[in-house]
Amino acid sequence: MESLSKRAKVLEKKPMTLAERAYLPAIFQGLSITMQHFFRAATKKQVTIRYPEETRPFSPVFRGLHVLKRDEAGRERCTACGLCAVACPAEAITMVAGERKKGEENLYREEKYAVSYEINMLRCIFCGLCEEACPKAAVYLQADKMAPPRFERDEFIYGKDRLVEPVTPDNRSKRGIQLTPEQADKLRAQLA
Amino acid sequence: MTLPVLGWQGLVVLATFGISLLIATYCTYAERVIAAFLQDRVGPDRAGPFGLLQPLADAVKLFTKEEFFPAGANRALFVFGPCLAMITALMSSAVIPFGNFLQFGDTIVHLQGIEINVGMLYVFGIVSLGVYGIMIGGWASNNKFSLLGAIRAASQNISYELAMGLALIAVLMMSGTLSLREITLQQSVAGEWHFWNIAKQPLGFLIFIVCAFAETNRTPFDLPECETELIGGYHTEYSSMKMGLYLFAEYINVFVASAVMSVLYFGGFNFPFQYELRDWLVSSRGLELVTAQNIITILGLVGLFGKIFAFIFFFMWVRWTLPRFRYDQLMRLGWTILIPLAILNILLTGGLITFGVIK
Repeated sequence: MESLSKRAKVLEKKPMTLAERAYLPAIFQGLSITMQHFFRAATKKQVTIRYPEETRPFSPVFRGLHVLKRDEAGRERCTACGLCAVACPAEAITMVAGERKKGEENLYREEKYAVSYEINMLRCIFCGLCEEACPKAAVYLQADKMAPPRFERDEFIYGKDRLVEPVTPDNRSKRGIQLTPEQADKLRAQLA
Repeated sequence: MTLPVLGWQGLVVLATFGISLLIATYCTYAERVIAAFLQDRVGPDRAGPFGLLQPLADAVKLFTKEEFFPAGANRALFVFGPCLAMITALMSSAVIPFGNFLQFGDTIVHLQGIEINVGMLYVFGIVSLGVYGIMIGGWASNNKFSLLGAIRAASQNISYELAMGLALIAVLMMSGTLSLREITLQQSVAGEWHFWNIAKQPLGFLIFIVCAFAETNRTPFDLPECETELIGGYHTEYSSMKMGLYLFAEYINVFVASAVMSVLYFGGFNFPFQYELRDWLVSSRGLELVTAQNIITILGLVGLFGKIFAFIFFFMWVRWTLPRFRYDQLMRLGWTILIPLAILNILLTGGLITFGVIK
């Protein structure tokens, strides 16, 4: 039968030369190759990343653990509109909305706020659609943090205690709207 | 032999025993580090500095693992197999001369477990016994893969022992003795330009080292173990420290094979210019002859271990370079190439001795 591509080549099997049959030159060649690798590994820095001590840097567009942002006065940005929960294809986000009371203006930016806000990290597919849906620039996926492994399923449901970023300007997340130096100084003075 | 000498000799035997075990222990570590380096990896580096406590961690792991007996296994033989492998491996290092002698006053201590005039024959006998450990273990496991591995080990050892013995005969023709100490001493004569046996027996050495690889079941001749086809071969069914004993026995065998090759072909505890160094120590440094000789002995001991470690490294280097032979290739190499070559080597050596080229 003629081959379809007509590119098949007939290979000629040549008899081996004496050096090839003796096998020893090939062995020494192989030994020298592995020895080169030995010295390379022993002298140069290996490509291995020794994990707990060294970590591989994340890409700047990596979508990791969520953060709920605060504004320049340290107030929570989220207004509990529920758009993120609607946008979420994995239905990982649930929230309970509440009305801001008098005297809580320094805690919540809008009149309506999220009393509870939970993301189930086992459901989440880290697509970032919540981030795109948010009209208040409140929820972001961080590029430098991941949801760590845990033993219990309950521990993967992240509430506000683990999602909202700290008030102090120095510990804020690197994603989202950043504080200007003046705002940071002002907030720092306020906190002190 | 007087009682104190006997005591000293006992100490040497104990030391040999301990060193064999220690070297085998650290062979497991060295194997992993060398394997890692040859493959551009890091290797064990978690337990202790540079992972030096790794063998300890491995031992704890092996000792605490479940001791498993497969259904239908012959329990007595199942335990006896690894014991025999270990015992024979440890016994063979007893006759190896690790150093010349140390002299304290009137007591002369030879750095050799036992000096017998059939030393080489003794090593061969014990090493041959070692295959029973594998054979019994494979048989008692009641597992077809184990049995296949054991049968392979037996036939392989028989095939390669022949070529090994024939390669050795050429050395014995030159030395005229089976005593390892005598063979070592003959390789260096004071005030003479004298070569180690490797210079006179290159072909014999080549045959011997190939057979040593086969005898110790190391790659490329690790057919009895054969992870890919036989799932570990004769020790498939073994767990816990019984498995550890098999692995240990293999490393001790590597150590002994390295030592025997160093002694037979690489001058044993001799090193170049040792007599000149001794005379220099006596004449220029004003040391007594006894002290100078003791220093030379210790240097020779260190030198021999250097040679042994170089061989052990070579064993590991080859393991991570060459793939495993196919079974028919293994048998063809042994019977149709190595044995005729060894016989040729004997004829060649005989001819050269007759015409006085070598002695």
